[in-house]
Amino acid sequence: MERPSSFAEVPHAQPIAVFQLTADFRVDPHPSKVNLGVGAFRTEDGLPWVLPVVAKTEAQLARELEESTLDHEYLPVIGHPEFTRLATQLSLGEASPGLQSGRAAGVQVIGGTGALRIGAEFLRRWWNPELGGKCPVYFSEPTWGNHLSTFRDAGFTDLRKYRYWDEACRRLALTELLEDLESAPEKSVVLLHACAHNPTGTDPTGPQWLQILDVVKRRNLFPFFDSAYQGFASGKLDEDAAAIRLFESHGLELLCAQSFSKNFGLYNERVGNLVIVARDSAALACIKSQIVLLVRAMWSNPPSHGARIVATVLGDPVLRKEWSSSGLSYPGEACVPDGKWAHQHVCSQFTQPQLCCRVYPRCSHNYLGMRVVHHDYGFQPL
Amino acid sequence: MLTRLVCVCVCVCVCVCVCVCVCVCVCVCVCVCVCVCVCVCVCVCVCVCVSVRPSSSWWSNVELGPPDPILGVTEAFKRDEHPKKMNLGVGAYRDDAGRPYVLPSVKKAEAAMIAKNLDKEYLGIAGMAEFTRASAQLAFGADSAVFPDGRSTTVQSISGTGALRIGAAFLARFHKASNAMYLPKPSWGNHTPIMRDAGLNVQAYRYYDPSTCGFDCAGALEDIAKIPEKSMILLHACAHNPTGVDPRPEQWKEICEIAKKRQLFVFFDMAYQGFASGDSDRDAWAVRHFVENGHNVALCQSYAKNMGLYGERVGAFTMICADADEMKRVESQLKILIRPMYSNPPLHGARIASMILTTPELHQQWLVELKGMADRIIGMREQLVQNLRKEGSSRDWKHITEQIGMFCFTGLKPDQVDRIIKDFSIYMTRDGRISVAGVSSNNVAYLAHGIHEVTK
Repeated sequence: MERPSSFAEVPHAQPIAVFQLTADFRVDPHPSKVNLGVGAFRTEDGLPWVLPVVAKTEAQLARELEESTLDHEYLPVIGHPEFTRLATQLSLGEASPGLQSGRAAGVQVIGGTGALRIGAEFLRRWWNPELGGKCPVYFSEPTWGNHLSTFRDAGFTDLRKYRYWDEACRRLALTELLEDLESAPEKSVVLLHACAHNPTGTDPTGPQWLQILDVVKRRNLFPFFDSAYQGFASGKLDEDAAAIRLFESHGLELLCAQSFSKNFGLYNERVGNLVIVARDSAALACIKSQIVLLVRAMWSNPPSHGARIVATVLGDPVLRKEWSSSGLSYPGEACVPDGKWAHQHVCSQFTQPQLCCRVYPRCSHNYLGMRVVHHDYGFQPL
Repeated sequence: MLTRLVCVCVCVCVCVCVCVCVCVCVCVCVCVCVCVCVCVCVCVCVCVCVSVRPSSSWWSNVELGPPDPILGVTEAFKRDEHPKKMNLGVGAYRDDAGRPYVLPSVKKAEAAMIAKNLDKEYLGIAGMAEFTRASAQLAFGADSAVFPDGRSTTVQSISGTGALRIGAAFLARFHKASNAMYLPKPSWGNHTPIMRDAGLNVQAYRYYDPSTCGFDCAGALEDIAKIPEKSMILLHACAHNPTGVDPRPEQWKEICEIAKKRQLFVFFDMAYQGFASGDSDRDAWAVRHFVENGHNVALCQSYAKNMGLYGERVGAFTMICADADEMKRVESQLKILIRPMYSNPPLHGARIASMILTTPELHQQWLVELKGMADRIIGMREQLVQNLRKEGSSRDWKHITEQIGMFCFTGLKPDQVDRIIKDFSIYMTRDGRISVAGVSSNNVAYLAHGIHEVTK
């Protein structure tokens, strides 16, 4: 090479912790190794699981493609219309005032991450015009690793935390949470986990959500929900969406990032929906039109396959029943005994098992309360 | 959220006034008095306040975004009830009956794949390795030196748009020498928003010559020679969108030389490999020439058109790097960009594409079908020109057959486009661009008639 590359100074990025963990797990020769890293459901035998109702629907779609009643044409920019309608309804409930008056809708996106990114890009431009990207955004401490990156890459520069996890007592730090939101500047954005908080597995109770709602209303904070585990947390779809519906019922405008990775097991098909609740239908139309521009410049239009599966299942009463009963309950139930199983098995590896305090058997992750040592790329149990 | 209050108040006031009056009597019965009063009032008010839903949303400042011109064409087309209406707007291939075409090789691959009952586990951030490897080989040639050198990194992307956005975001973050991306004039409408949203500064170089409906070689070379050193330049690898005008090989060589002299970073968009000429190696010639002549290019690939996988969003983004070490560093940073965008890409379409690319019989079958699509388009161009002659048009329409790919810049002016839409229900974008894929042996004569009528 005659002259230095334009990219000679590009640094080697730190591997992303959770994926590096899986990579290390794969090469580890230990016979009893356990991977408690990536949040993907595993059966009793530790294998991935495709929901029977999903496999059945895929076979049906394959037949329709064969018979040319289906094709691979572009979806609209905001996605598969039946999918967005049914997905939004799943989240907000049929009785949603927003849906009934045409001021709530969904935009199909690339998984929950896509919903967060598009929502963040929209908020950065339109939520707080005086501050733009300087508008504070509040995340729970701790939160999913990718939350901050998503908002940062969307252009937000003031990322803050609200206290959430009480380390000493192994529970929600409600007083501190409310304190932190109370002192948040007006019009800050707040990211709330709708259910099955990642990574602690600890959610506010109904009354606690009311207190959080109260602060959000009083301080004019913008609620952005992340709903990646609806149905997967308690096994009940409505219960897992209660927080979102509570906020909507009190007249708040909100965004919700909805993922079907876990509750449909469609991880790699990237099925997501960005739920928008606006105060009136004119505002909703404007919001959607701006989101169209953001999507067009990022991926043009979303992938068809996964959305078709979800739309087919949610739109067919028989398939839907099959999904919500056996499809969800297996992981939902499995998590409870699995949680205890994990506790027993993992803690037996520790020299001081009493450090593993209570396990909260909710969903696919449990904050085992392990003492952590920071490795060069993340953490590993002692 | 501020709650607006509407209050109704009833007040009872008790006032004590002290007045000083000065009266001037003009005559016996008319007096003019001026009084100055000081009043002290005590009021008791009872207010009833009702909390009312704010009538305006927090989003009242959000403007309605501009309608997409291309989608606008389709929408107007749908509303039209003319029996001979034609939609020459959206760039999706249609067969000779005007129907979407699912390639038989795609159907076969998809059926085989679904029968395998594979899992739905998350892909890595960079996507399906088998797919990205095969995709890079298709683009650069299996025997390209970049592979043994380990200089090439390819990530799966959300079709062509996703590749463009990843590439632009990477350059915005790491191409320190310059922030400017030069696009041909005209270019695909979506290039500009992608580059801008990624944080690049969009500039242009001359490309299309409206007087010839062909390539403005002199203008392009002149402009490229003036581009500030180390800027970035976007080139359409083949089947330029929207004009259909591609440089000839000797013209590509000149562009390659000047770009090297100016130390420009070359960013290729290849959305039509195999779809342009019918020969996937021939369509990749420009990309391979640049790489063989010392350019470390970025390349965006789409399988929307050439495999008809539009809605499954299958694409790839490649960076050719200086060496294997740089490749590793660049690859790690691409992942850092992708994860906060959509975490990892959709698998379904990539599995289909991968099976086709890596299964010899399917690959051969695909190439034949691809050539079939390209040949039909080339055939329609020829028929359009023949029909225009039959209509008695005296104009020179040879640019229609000289241009290549899905799109054709007819040369129609905006007012002529308005007329052809209004009088003939033939829908196209106002720049005179038609999607030749929307032309069939059933409607080519009608199209020629419409074009002739508005241009004679």
